[in-house]
Amino acid sequence: MKKKDKVDYVKNGKRLDGRKVDELRPIKIEAGVLQRADGSAYLEWGQNKVLVAVYGPREALPKHIQNPYRALVNYNYRMATFSVPDRKSPKPGRREIEISKVSGEALERAIFLERFPNTTIDVFVEILDSNAGTRVAALSAASVALADAGIPMRDLVSAVGVGKAGGEVILDLNKAEEDAPDAVDMPIAMLPRTKEIVLLQMDGLFTKKEWQKSMKLAEKGCEQVYEAQREALRKKFLEAEKEDKKSKKAGDQ
Amino acid sequence: MEETIWDLRTDKTIAAIKEGKRLDGRKFDEYREVKIVNDISENADGSARVLLGKTDVIAGIKMVPGDPYPDSPDEGTISVGAELLPLASPSFESGPPREEATELARVVDRGIRESKAIDFKKLCIREGELVWIVFIDVYTMNHDGNLFDACSIAALSSLLKTKIPKLEADRVVAHEYAGKLALARKPLLSTFAKMANNVVLDPILSEEKAMEARFSCATTEDDCLCAFQKGGGGSFTESEIDNCIDVAFKKAKDIRKLL
Repeated sequence: MKKKDKVDYVKNGKRLDGRKVDELRPIKIEAGVLQRADGSAYLEWGQNKVLVAVYGPREALPKHIQNPYRALVNYNYRMATFSVPDRKSPKPGRREIEISKVSGEALERAIFLERFPNTTIDVFVEILDSNAGTRVAALSAASVALADAGIPMRDLVSAVGVGKAGGEVILDLNKAEEDAPDAVDMPIAMLPRTKEIVLLQMDGLFTKKEWQKSMKLAEKGCEQVYEAQREALRKKFLEAEKEDKKSKKAGDQ
Repeated sequence: MEETIWDLRTDKTIAAIKEGKRLDGRKFDEYREVKIVNDISENADGSARVLLGKTDVIAGIKMVPGDPYPDSPDEGTISVGAELLPLASPSFESGPPREEATELARVVDRGIRESKAIDFKKLCIREGELVWIVFIDVYTMNHDGNLFDACSIAALSSLLKTKIPKLEADRVVAHEYAGKLALARKPLLSTFAKMANNVVLDPILSEEKAMEARFSCATTEDDCLCAFQKGGGGSFTESEIDNCIDVAFKKAKDIRKLL
C-alpha cells in the first residue's frame, strides 16, 4: 500500500490553489443565454460549468400530479458524460436523483408558487465540466434562470459549499480539498435577505464548533454569490432596456 | 379522498402545535417508544426489526465478496438500499425506487459511511482482487412517519449483530461464520419537522403531512456530527438547526442504550 504524503491544505494562510480560507473561486454568470427557454443562465465557477433552462409556469401533466393550490417545481440535475474524470453513464444515478430532489425543494421557498395553481415550473440543469461544488453552482445558476424567466420570487437562492480539509474550516472546497482524508463537505443554500436556510447537507466528521464556524463562512460566501447573481440580472435587463429605447427612437424617426 | 382527510388532519396538527401540543401527547423533543428485535432472519448475516411507535421497518445485511474499486484496491465498501414496500402505505408502489426511497437510502448510507464506523480497510480480503461489500437493505412494513430514523436504527442494530461469513475458495459457505463485523462508532440519525414556526423531533405521519421542512442530523457517541440533510419546501434558521443538533446529541444517546 502506498502511503499518502501529508499535505498541508492551508499553509501561511494560503490553500493549495493559492486562495485564502474564506475565498471563493472566480464566478461568472450570464442570464438569458438560450433562445427557446423561458429563462436561462450560464455559470462558470472555477472549473465548474453549468447551463440551466427554465420552462413555465406551464400546465402540469399528467393531470393527476397537479396541485390545485400551487405550482410544482420539477428540478432536473444531470451531469454530462464527459464532465467528470471517468465517463459517467448517461443514466441518472442515485446521486443526481437526490440532488434534484433537495435542490427543487430549496427553490420552492423562494418562488410565489401559490400564484400558479395546477402548473409546473421545470428546471433543467446540465453540468458541462465539474470540480467539486456542482450542486451549489447549479442551484445558484437556476435561481438566476428563474428570475430571467420573470417568475415572481421572494429572493434569489444563493448557494455555496463549505467544509473542512486538513483540520481547517474553508470556503468553497475544490476537488483536491474534497479528497482530503478528513474532508467534510457541506453544501448550503440561503435566501440572502432573510438568511433562511433552504438547502443543507453535510457529510464527514464535524464538531459543533466547526459547524458554527462553517456557517459564518457560508454566510459570507452566499453574499458574494448573491452579488454575482444580481450583477448578471442587472446586466441582462439594463441591456434590454437600452435596446428597447434604441428601437423606440428608431420608430419615432 | 385520502388527500382531503389529510388536509383536515393537517389543520388539527397545526392547531395543536400552536398550543404547544402534539396530537399523540409527546413533548416537542421526545421520541416515540423504540422497540428493537434482532436476528429476525436466519439467512441474513445480520438483521433487525425496529418499531418506532407504529412505524415498522426491517433491515437485513448480506456480506458479499466482490471486486474493489480501482481507486481503493485495499478497501471494501457498504451499499444501502431502501424499499418503500406497498405493505407500508397505500401511496407506495412496487417497482424501481423513486426519489423518496433514493433519498432515504442515501441519507442512511451517509450517516454510517461518514461516521467511519466501519473500517473499510478491514473489509479487504486480497488487495486489488477481492473485498467484502456490506449490503444493507431496509424494508418498510408500516409507515407512520419518520422512516429516516427508524431505518437508521434498524441499519445500525443489524450491523452490530453482523457476522462475517466463512469463505472457501473465495465463496461464501452458507451458515458458517468467521467472526463478527467490527464497528468503531454508533452513528444514529435524528429527524425533525418544522411547522408553524415550531420544530418537533420524530414526526408522526400527520406531522409529516403538515410539515413545511424537514431536517435530519446524524450524530455519534463521541459528539461528532457526521451527516445533515434538509428536505421539504420550507426553510430553517441557523438557530433552529443549532437547537436541533443539541437535541440530536442528547436523544440519540437514549436510543443507543437500547442497542
